[in-house]
Amino acid sequence: MDEIIRDLIPTKTGFSEGVLIAGAQNDSVVVLGSDITTSVGLNLFANKYPEKFISLGIAEQNAVGIAAGLALTGKIPVFATYAVFSALRTTDQIRISVCYNNLHVIIGGAHAGISVGPDGATHQALEDIAVMRSLPNMTVLSPCDATQARILTIKAIMECRGPVYIRFGREAVPDFTDENLKNSIGKAQVLQDGRQASIIATGHMVWMALKAARILKLEGIDVRVINMHTIKPIDIECIVSAARETGYLLSVEEHQIYGGLGSAIAEVVVKHYPVPMDMIGMNDCFGESGKPEELLEKYGLTANAIVTRLKNLIHSFPR
Amino acid sequence: MNKINNIESLTETSYRIRMSVLKSLVKAGSGHLGGSLGLADIFTALYFNELNHKPEEPNWEERDRLILSIGHVAPVLYATLAHSGYFNIDELYTLRKLNSRLQGHPGRDKNLPGIETSSGSLGQGLSIAVGMAISAKLDRKAFRVFAILGDGELQEGQIWEAAMSAAHHQLNNLIAIVDRNGLQIDGKTSDVMEIEPLSKKWQAFGWTALECNGHNFTEILNAFETAKSSTDRPVVMIAHTVMGKGIFSIENNHLWHGRVPTINEIADFQCQLDETLKIEIMKHHN
Repeated sequence: MDEIIRDLIPTKTGFSEGVLIAGAQNDSVVVLGSDITTSVGLNLFANKYPEKFISLGIAEQNAVGIAAGLALTGKIPVFATYAVFSALRTTDQIRISVCYNNLHVIIGGAHAGISVGPDGATHQALEDIAVMRSLPNMTVLSPCDATQARILTIKAIMECRGPVYIRFGREAVPDFTDENLKNSIGKAQVLQDGRQASIIATGHMVWMALKAARILKLEGIDVRVINMHTIKPIDIECIVSAARETGYLLSVEEHQIYGGLGSAIAEVVVKHYPVPMDMIGMNDCFGESGKPEELLEKYGLTANAIVTRLKNLIHSFPR
Repeated sequence: MNKINNIESLTETSYRIRMSVLKSLVKAGSGHLGGSLGLADIFTALYFNELNHKPEEPNWEERDRLILSIGHVAPVLYATLAHSGYFNIDELYTLRKLNSRLQGHPGRDKNLPGIETSSGSLGQGLSIAVGMAISAKLDRKAFRVFAILGDGELQEGQIWEAAMSAAHHQLNNLIAIVDRNGLQIDGKTSDVMEIEPLSKKWQAFGWTALECNGHNFTEILNAFETAKSSTDRPVVMIAHTVMGKGIFSIENNHLWHGRVPTINEIADFQCQLDETLKIEIMKHHN
């Protein structure tokens, strides 16, 4: 990481570009509209391919079933709305119509995390990873920036065969990953190497983790930063290496600490290589209204909070 | 698939299917007898007359699709598929057993020929059918999509989301069939949660609504014929049926929604089926 000022782009922009690119490459791609088409960035596709844009109104459960019917007849449907609706309102429909049928349906979860801001708790999806990753056949992606969102969206559409859930945020965030960096679904990225501890983050929190690592370095603590952009299937090898080689793990996510990235990592660690671990996320509570940066501060999702928690973790379990 | 047009042959076929439903459920030891028997005539009319399908080529792309939204009446779907030649009739006796392709509610992952989708969580099938019908329109394909719905199932909100979307997209290639037996697990549909006025509801949602006696092949086939003339609207057929049809001692008794006969009842039930068949054939001759 350096001092270069990054462009600020919402991850949903990457998703929307990815859908457009995949749609140009594969004629089977169709997009379902749930009223907030522009808000989730799918207006790009709808404007370019109006005949392959299916407007369904504010009826997410029906949209998931229709996506299943389209997939059963050879289409690759992309359904996206706010994650609280696309993943949580529709969980039974995703479970039976999509996952049990093992259909290649792309489900986009927009406005995920607490950084949605002023809309408040109803619109801040903080349980979607937990629910989506518990469903058999489902792949769960959580890109860290717009570039990665674009690349992973294209891969989800062009390479996956079963259901895929992709999570992205509302706020413009630094677009920092190099598009030449290897992006493989199921393979985490080590963005910075280190030996004394590992921070494993997902989504917008990856940038925070890099900032935290920089502060820690100034204090003489050398940490590894891992971008876990695929929550399922989780990269067991990368987690086990981090545990073995650095001895401490800290997970960071804009999501409940129960059932999300931290839980997924803990499941791997306890089985393969137990080491001291801590989890940063929402502590079993709902969010609230506020500016994104105020909320991240209040709920301990900042670089400084990561620094403090990591130092505490190391001090609590001296080698 | 060679069509059966003769009403007497259709009637006999439907009673062979009923007998298989009864036997497979007895062997399974659990399952839903009443609704399965009530739909035997509709399923016979579909698979032996109305549907454009090839049992020897279950994945034929141009086939009409049948979506069973009420997954719990899987026994009548399985029996009809077996009698149509999708798989061996003996396999019906693996129903609900470990490692069987005949799951308690249809599971597409088991690759049973003729199963279009998994189902069993009520309310979801019509949406899937809408998706397939939209797909046919996008690809300018001629296949049609049939969705079998329960009357109690219409209490699910998703059904009406799907109904609205089918009319909005002018899916005249979609036919929903409502199994209107008036009963659900807790009792009469009118006591549990009233769904009338049913035809008017569907019409208000932009559908063409037809009604028929779900045990009268002439009426069923006429309704299918009328459905073909729809130019821009989806069609719903409200089929008035009798839960448990064919075994008169259990007819119209909601307690038989999810029950199977005991060993002592089987012989009697088989006799009742034979007797009802004779009466139906006689009625036809008169």
